[in-house]
Amino acid sequence: MREITFSQATLEAMDEEMTRDERVFVMGEDIARQGGIFGQFKGLPDKFGKDRVRDTPISETAIVGAAIGAALTGMRPVADMHFADFMGVCMDEIFNQMAKIHYMFGGQRPVPMVLRAPDGLINQAAAQHSQSIEAWFMHIPGLKVVIPSNPADAKGLLKSAIRDDNPVIYFEHKALFNTRGPVPDGEVLTPIGKAKVVREGSDVTLVSYSRCMGLSLEAADVLAGEGISVECIDLRSISPIDKETLLASVAKTTRLVVAHEAVKQGGVGAELSAIVAEEGIDLLDAPIVRVGAPFTPVPFARPLEQAYRVTSEKIAEAVRGLF
Amino acid sequence: MSARKVKEKKGPDEYPKALLAQFYKTMSTIRSFEKKVEEKFLAGEIPGFVHLYIGEEAVATGVISNLSREDLIQSTHRGHGHTIAKGADLKRMMAEIFGKKEGCCKGKGGSMHIADLGVGMLGANGVVGGGFNIATGAALAIKMQGKDNVSVVFFGDGASNRGTFHEAANMAAVWDLPVLFVCENNQYASTTPYRTTTSVDDIADRAAGYGMPGVIVDGNDVFAVYEEARKLIERARRGEGPALLECKTYRVKGHFVGDPEQYRTKEEVNKVCESNDPIDRFECTVLDGKLFSREELDGIKASAVKEVEEALEFARNAAEPEVSQLFADVYA
Repeated sequence: MREITFSQATLEAMDEEMTRDERVFVMGEDIARQGGIFGQFKGLPDKFGKDRVRDTPISETAIVGAAIGAALTGMRPVADMHFADFMGVCMDEIFNQMAKIHYMFGGQRPVPMVLRAPDGLINQAAAQHSQSIEAWFMHIPGLKVVIPSNPADAKGLLKSAIRDDNPVIYFEHKALFNTRGPVPDGEVLTPIGKAKVVREGSDVTLVSYSRCMGLSLEAADVLAGEGISVECIDLRSISPIDKETLLASVAKTTRLVVAHEAVKQGGVGAELSAIVAEEGIDLLDAPIVRVGAPFTPVPFARPLEQAYRVTSEKIAEAVRGLF
Repeated sequence: MSARKVKEKKGPDEYPKALLAQFYKTMSTIRSFEKKVEEKFLAGEIPGFVHLYIGEEAVATGVISNLSREDLIQSTHRGHGHTIAKGADLKRMMAEIFGKKEGCCKGKGGSMHIADLGVGMLGANGVVGGGFNIATGAALAIKMQGKDNVSVVFFGDGASNRGTFHEAANMAAVWDLPVLFVCENNQYASTTPYRTTTSVDDIADRAAGYGMPGVIVDGNDVFAVYEEARKLIERARRGEGPALLECKTYRVKGHFVGDPEQYRTKEEVNKVCESNDPIDRFECTVLDGKLFSREELDGIKASAVKEVEEALEFARNAAEPEVSQLFADVYA
């Protein structure tokens, strides 16, 4: 199978969906003339014009608000958030408007739109350009939240998000943009709300997503050499969450470790742990373990950032602790 | 550059009689609807929060009389007037305010979140200033779809201090979008006299900062509102971009029903009611000009009152939503 980068995979998704459906357009800061701060929109303006690939003012509130208005009136906008960290600027539009309009207006009109949110640690970008804030949004009914870990799902989830009639937040880890992976030719659609068992194992279930997924697979390789068989699940969507795949795997392995780059407190791991505690406590032979960042802002200096960062070693160590 | 104050206007006899009748019917319907909502809220029949539009009827009526069904409006927490003027079904509106299944939002929204997208009413908004950017996006869609419709956003003097106003104004202006920003300056931002928290006397002056026209009208004069809104809406339809129309009006009722109104005197309110009521002023104008007889006006008003009574009856008799509907429509 051909290999392309994560960034190219998102470009293919945009290109194919904008070709397929003329209602789809994209707007955000620095996307038309610059091609996106990470180059993830390069070439799109040449093909689709600067009306459909639209440079906006630095006005996150207006970007998301306008996308909502356009979505309500027949368009299918994709709005780029530049950095996920900036979503705090337009939080009212996200959680009071975008997420609620369909419900509080009695289902009169869907709000088909996508927010693309580059997140995660890269280049010591520090406290306001490095965060993983996906857990905030799983607490909000009405939103769907997806978070791919590899180029194939980057393409498949973005295409599914654009076709979905609900507002979808699409987190894309900045450190993944230049990573390569196999992506099938032709239509690639990853279902929203469906996790994937990416490595089968029998001793412990290791759930992860986004950049930590690759780290979890590295840890699983190391642990295999030590005689621990790890089953790795890529969550892919954190809302809705695929309880079925999670519980089926824990039923098989009897142990659960969750690893994510976001701070551990109040994170996705907390929700997964609670699901298993409520619905599958009898399945467990060991306490659930969560691996996440410490409860601090993202620090700048190299040793501090290194200490903050979840690594494959930290994940492997957490798994070993169960045996 | 400061906002333009309107001084000259057409005489009332220059309007088609049917349009004048429409002005009166719409304003009377809003007044009657709001009085009924107040009464039933105070009687404990209507739950939640209710914000009344009494005294501001000429703004919604004057502006929206220029719009077609396909034109779009975005409203506020004080949104019943806009919704009625845009042609929403009174029965389903009242049922919504009562929290009934037959309500236009199936009882999921209530007074603060009333919407009727079928008539181009994109929604009230429980968040002050929440509508500016949604209206701007609707205008972007209009432009991208090659239509000649307009998107009108109503907002108060208080909302003009939200960042959302400034972001939307800039975006609408830089993209030449067909948006009309209609400020209903009713003198109070919630319970605070607006001038104590707002840096300018005239909200319309803020239009200059975004390179768009700002026009000030007497918001209790339906003729003036209609005329100036018409010019700005036609301009937007021609692709000449957004504008801001500030309508000077007065909020006769408290911020919400039940507001103790400790921030103003009864005398202040009474003075406006006695000398500057938009419906009284309309009546005087058309009676003085012998354009309508008293009987004709009474007939129109009676039909408005009757429709509101029927809406109330419908709402009271409507069923409440089944509990199973709790989970319906979270997702499309």
